[in-house]
Amino acid sequence: MQRIGVFVCHCGTNIAGTVDVKTVAEMLGKEPGVVFSTDYQYMCSEAGQTLIQDAIKEHNLGGVVICSCSPRMHEQTFRKACAKAGLNPYMVEVANIREQCSWIHKDVAEGTEKAVILGRAAIAKVHLNAPLTAGESPVVKRALVIGGGIAGMQTALDIADAGFEVDIVEKNATIGGKMAQIDKTFPTLDCSACILTPKMVDCAQHEKINIYAYSEVEDVKGFVGNFSVAIRKKARYVDETKCTGCGICTEKCPVKNIPNEFNMGMDNRRSIYIPFAQAVPKIATIDPNTCNKLKTGKCGVCSKVCGAGAIDYTQKDEIIRREYGAIVVATGFNMIDMTKFDEFGYAQSKDVITSLEFERLTNAAGPTGGTLLRPSDGKHPHTIVFVQCCGSRSTTENGKPYCSKICCMYTAKHAMLTREKYPDTDVYVFYIDVRTPGKNFDEFYRRAVEQYGVHYVKGMVGKVAPRADGTLHVQASDLLAGEQLHIDADLVVLAGAIEPDKSARGLATKLTASMDTNDFFTEAHPKLRPVESPTAGVFLSGVCQGPKDIPETVAQAGAAASKVIGLLVKDKLTCNPCVAQSDELLCNGCSGCEHVCPYGAITYETKEFMQFDRSMKPRRVASVNPAVCQGCGACTVTCPSGAMDLKGFSNRQIMAEVDAICK
Amino acid sequence: MQEMIKSKLAELLSTGAVTKVIGWKRGENFYDVSPAAFESVESLADFVYDDFCGANLSKFLVKEPGKESKVAVVLKPCDTFSLNQLIKENRVNRENIFVLGVPCEGKLSEEKMRVMGIVGLTGCKVEGDKVTVETLYGTETLDKNDVLLTKCATCHSKKHVIFDELIGETGEDSDVDRFVGVAELEAMSEDERYEFWRNELSRCIRCNACRNACPACTCEKCVFDNDASGVAAKSNANSFEENMFHIIRAYHVAGRCTDCGECSRVCPQHIPLHLLNRKFIKDINTFYGDFQAGADAESEHPLVHFTENDPEPSIVKEGK
Repeated sequence: MQRIGVFVCHCGTNIAGTVDVKTVAEMLGKEPGVVFSTDYQYMCSEAGQTLIQDAIKEHNLGGVVICSCSPRMHEQTFRKACAKAGLNPYMVEVANIREQCSWIHKDVAEGTEKAVILGRAAIAKVHLNAPLTAGESPVVKRALVIGGGIAGMQTALDIADAGFEVDIVEKNATIGGKMAQIDKTFPTLDCSACILTPKMVDCAQHEKINIYAYSEVEDVKGFVGNFSVAIRKKARYVDETKCTGCGICTEKCPVKNIPNEFNMGMDNRRSIYIPFAQAVPKIATIDPNTCNKLKTGKCGVCSKVCGAGAIDYTQKDEIIRREYGAIVVATGFNMIDMTKFDEFGYAQSKDVITSLEFERLTNAAGPTGGTLLRPSDGKHPHTIVFVQCCGSRSTTENGKPYCSKICCMYTAKHAMLTREKYPDTDVYVFYIDVRTPGKNFDEFYRRAVEQYGVHYVKGMVGKVAPRADGTLHVQASDLLAGEQLHIDADLVVLAGAIEPDKSARGLATKLTASMDTNDFFTEAHPKLRPVESPTAGVFLSGVCQGPKDIPETVAQAGAAASKVIGLLVKDKLTCNPCVAQSDELLCNGCSGCEHVCPYGAITYETKEFMQFDRSMKPRRVASVNPAVCQGCGACTVTCPSGAMDLKGFSNRQIMAEVDAICK
Repeated sequence: MQEMIKSKLAELLSTGAVTKVIGWKRGENFYDVSPAAFESVESLADFVYDDFCGANLSKFLVKEPGKESKVAVVLKPCDTFSLNQLIKENRVNRENIFVLGVPCEGKLSEEKMRVMGIVGLTGCKVEGDKVTVETLYGTETLDKNDVLLTKCATCHSKKHVIFDELIGETGEDSDVDRFVGVAELEAMSEDERYEFWRNELSRCIRCNACRNACPACTCEKCVFDNDASGVAAKSNANSFEENMFHIIRAYHVAGRCTDCGECSRVCPQHIPLHLLNRKFIKDINTFYGDFQAGADAESEHPLVHFTENDPEPSIVKEGK
């Protein structure tokens, strides 16, 4: 039996306010094996740690139970303190009597009772603890950035500038992301492409950056410092090493009616295409779903016109496996599908458009060459209605409960620019609230209202109905005036909610990174570790973590990069000694553990085992690579015979805890 | 039928293709047919295949080291699912076994006959849905459905999913609703259900017959025999703890149970243990799509297999 010391923390009044700490210390002092029990105001303070260290020496303690806050807060503090006093750090258990007890109870008697029970469970566990020693694993000094938008590019550039190799995986044919589609940026109104394209070129030219465009992550194995990632390089049917990006093929291709994704489908591209003039890499891509040659075998025009001989109709997807020390997720966002909102008539009229479509309509490289024209008849719109919060802050089935954060500002930008360029236009903005926290943001919005005469109306648009004459009948409420408005508009622009890219969920599964209910990646800690995923070695950059504008994205991208650099400069990482191990005498060889292991840490081998009659019989048994195992415990619950067990969290320890709680 | 099987087995043994046959032979009573091993052509004289061959023989292959020699096994359709599952779990080496598939139209339960007052069985003949039984006290004709083994009454497939050779024809998957019993349990209130199982499980004498017959229970060392597990040979704190044996067992075979029904067939206390397993099968079907353990020897069961589109009930919303 261990000689156990119990240390109950007051955490000021955080714990002591709802838990009678003196009683807890006294009750736990009577538990079997407990030779010392005390309480103290702040156990994590220097004085508190000294108290623990002194008790270890004085009472010759073999195990320590600390009743305090969550182990996520101070487990490391206490382990280190105990290690200094000569105790193996894994002989320390933390009973969480703050988050799991005092903070959720109001009644002192109840809180105290629960604190005692949690303490008992920890004592029962410590009795079965064994000293553990951590190993080390090497770090692959290369990072993977998934997503080549502004977030991914900035992270890659920052990591590469620190001297580490970075690979960018981008699923589209070019990097650039959403920012490449935007016309101007708020609140400075500088040209988006003008500030973005230099960064794209930087990425392409940086000797430490390698871009896998038109590629996707196929699978991810391994763990922090040692990820192994398979990247599917989709067939472009164009030899990247030969294509010069001259674009002749994209002019001669006879398939002309493919909606151009880059211009939000408002004009057409060919079946072989280069997304836009500044694309990086500037390589043509054949769309296999529409190419005549690939579909029917008849055509081959692009191949004939290509002077470089780059067209290769036989190209196949290629799988590349690379090792990485860290992975940054920068998968970005899309606007939600506006066709679900019947009331806005998006599916009924070409003149109801989304904000991103509006960006393309006002962009010099867009379908109209930058002149604002109605998509339906190409005429100048004279009355434009902007509708904010289309699906944002919505509790309906089709909407999103969160604020998309960027819409207030870009709508103010759209309204202002429209009035600037076309002063004869009437511009209405319908809003629930205008949210402009940010440097120079409110000033910007006020300029739209005060200098540019944009009609801001507090209230929601209830219905947009196309009329026979091509105008749009907009019904809305003006909440401040308390009246219904009827506006005949030429163009309606919907500021739709943004949502994480659809590919993010599958990726989260591959990375074992967690997501919230809206499919945004969750942070390791919402305040203190905002750019790290709870999965070690996986970092978050940009909108995949939550809605944010360009400056915030760039700031977060830099923060993620600094975390990656902090990881990659290390030569070795200390492993978690709480890893699984297999008892060969119990193992059936069923491979259940091997299948559930997310890290590929389990392998099987056939060994000879002596039978009762002393004959030898071969049997397949599991073995765990402790450097790869992350101690998640999936194998231990899958193993039917109980051969697989987790050090530090053994089946018996957990049973002992449950028994102590149920006693 | 029996003679056709016998001659095939005799051929296998005499040519040396196999060194052992696992089949059935008659015990003390006519209806008392038990698994048996045959190692010579002469011993095959005792081989039996009749309407009382309910026992699933696939599990006996686990104990065959079979490194050099091949073993032949006689399997009914439902038994082949168990064998596939064992191959999937690397418990049986497919290369070392010869599977002789035999047809089955449902096996009979002497116990059900006994309840009907028919004792002293000396002979039995099945014709269509009627069963004519000879007893020490005369001849009687019964409805076959009344005396089918419980597991056969809800047979899920008459198709052999694995075999080297067939005697007769293989059948088709059945469309019998085998979840009627589960639905009845689900319709109960929590308290009623708790009482139902407390009552059923209270009869358990811990003879371990269910575990020993179950083809999914093949652990090198069962947790209930393993002192280090903390549940073996433990004195019970209360009567409920004893009941936990069956609940733990059901969890251990969840996703791996092929619904062969051996647990209930061998229970001397007539506890409907198969209902526990079927509840899991039904839930797996509901949450992850239809899945039949042992339908093949490769696919992973949903509980140990991750896909990108796994439902997460806390996150998945209606209508999305």
